[in-house]
Amino acid sequence: MQLNYINVFFQLTTYEIKIILRSTVAWITPHIFYVIIVCLFPIAIGHDQELLVSMAPGVIWVAALLATIISMGHLFQNDYHEGYLDLLLVSTYPLSLLALTKITSHWICHGLPLILISPLLGLMLNLSVEELYALIFTLLLGTPVLSLIGAIGAALTVAVKGNGLLLPMLIMPFYIPVLIFGTGIMIMTHQNMPVIAYYAMMGALVLLSLGFAPILTGQALKIGASR
Amino acid sequence: MFAWLNKNFLSLRAFYINTTWLIPWIMTGFSLCFIYGMFTGLFIAPADYQQGDGFRIIYVHVPSAFAAMFIYLMMAICAMITLIWRVKITAICMSCSGPIGAWFTLLALITGSIWGKPMWGTWWIWDARLTSVLILLFIYLGFIALQSAIENSRTRDLATSIMTIVGIINLPIIHYSVIWWNTLHQGPTISKLSAPSIASSMLYPLLAMISAFILFYFLIVVIRMRNQILMREIKS
Repeated sequence: MQLNYINVFFQLTTYEIKIILRSTVAWITPHIFYVIIVCLFPIAIGHDQELLVSMAPGVIWVAALLATIISMGHLFQNDYHEGYLDLLLVSTYPLSLLALTKITSHWICHGLPLILISPLLGLMLNLSVEELYALIFTLLLGTPVLSLIGAIGAALTVAVKGNGLLLPMLIMPFYIPVLIFGTGIMIMTHQNMPVIAYYAMMGALVLLSLGFAPILTGQALKIGASR
Repeated sequence: MFAWLNKNFLSLRAFYINTTWLIPWIMTGFSLCFIYGMFTGLFIAPADYQQGDGFRIIYVHVPSAFAAMFIYLMMAICAMITLIWRVKITAICMSCSGPIGAWFTLLALITGSIWGKPMWGTWWIWDARLTSVLILLFIYLGFIALQSAIENSRTRDLATSIMTIVGIINLPIIHYSVIWWNTLHQGPTISKLSAPSIASSMLYPLLAMISAFILFYFLIVVIRMRNQILMREIKS
């Protein structure tokens, strides 16, 4: 019996989320990593308030990027070793839909918590209220892009043994546009300049990657997971 | 049609035989362009009214930057063909082009840096054009890393193809970076075909050098591809 695609999407997504949340340590480690990275900077640089405020956007964004990549490594790995991925590949549903469920569940479990933690870290780095709002909005637009683009790399390297450093090297260059516009919005907000064009560019990035990444991830899975 | 193409051009065997006589021709073309470009560029072309003789590094910088982007474009076309028709020769061409492209990108960055020090007063600046070319270098390095990580040759060809196609997004960014953002790097000089903003006595050596670099790329890539074909045949 063929279920309709929307039902399949929601069922698979909730199933994936349950699986991710059940291995609590693996789920929570990237978030702790994120907090630690951000906290390292004030310790290393000293408590110069002005310097911290001007550095905060870059620090938080780079940390979010690293945390996403850390969590991205496990995206397809367990499924591949357990053989669940092979079952997905032979199912009759389009691969892009299945890839989208994986990406969505990854974003809900790893992207959303990053956004929820970030205002706290922003406060620790002395950001003003407007900048905190800007931080939340840019992360809200930016983290889906990180998950979407990262999934392509994770799918390509799924069968590679010891891919710990390969994945970051592969997808970091493609994260740079998000980084530029994400920190750009924060800097413009700090200087009280109009940011609407930057937000539009971020939105365009989200839509572009939402359109292409699931399809490419599906194809990459087919290639990467062939035994 | 496809069988004919395959028999005469696309099969590894046909490629190997065809390129045996092609290599001397490429070598001759490269030598002619290189000697002409080098000589006229260094001795005949007039000195720039602002930069003096310092501008002559353009004859290495622009061709290597052009080659870096050209090679990536070639790789992307090869990747498309590999993904759609599963042709082996284009996959080999793509995998052999990667390291060459990385070297040309590095050369463009280094010569640009040497040029930048006396003219802009700094070795490096986080300008849009420089940053996007740096990203191109990272993409090349990622390509090489992915390529060496996957053992199965078929999986490797297809996986690197997908990566190359995703990376093509960077090419228009590099090309238009000097137009979209108001940067320190100067705007396009020779790509405006209708009215190039460079004197023809400086332009012709530059065009010769660009063709020399491209021919050099073809020469190296063909030699590397022939080696690659032999290596693959040994294993099979």
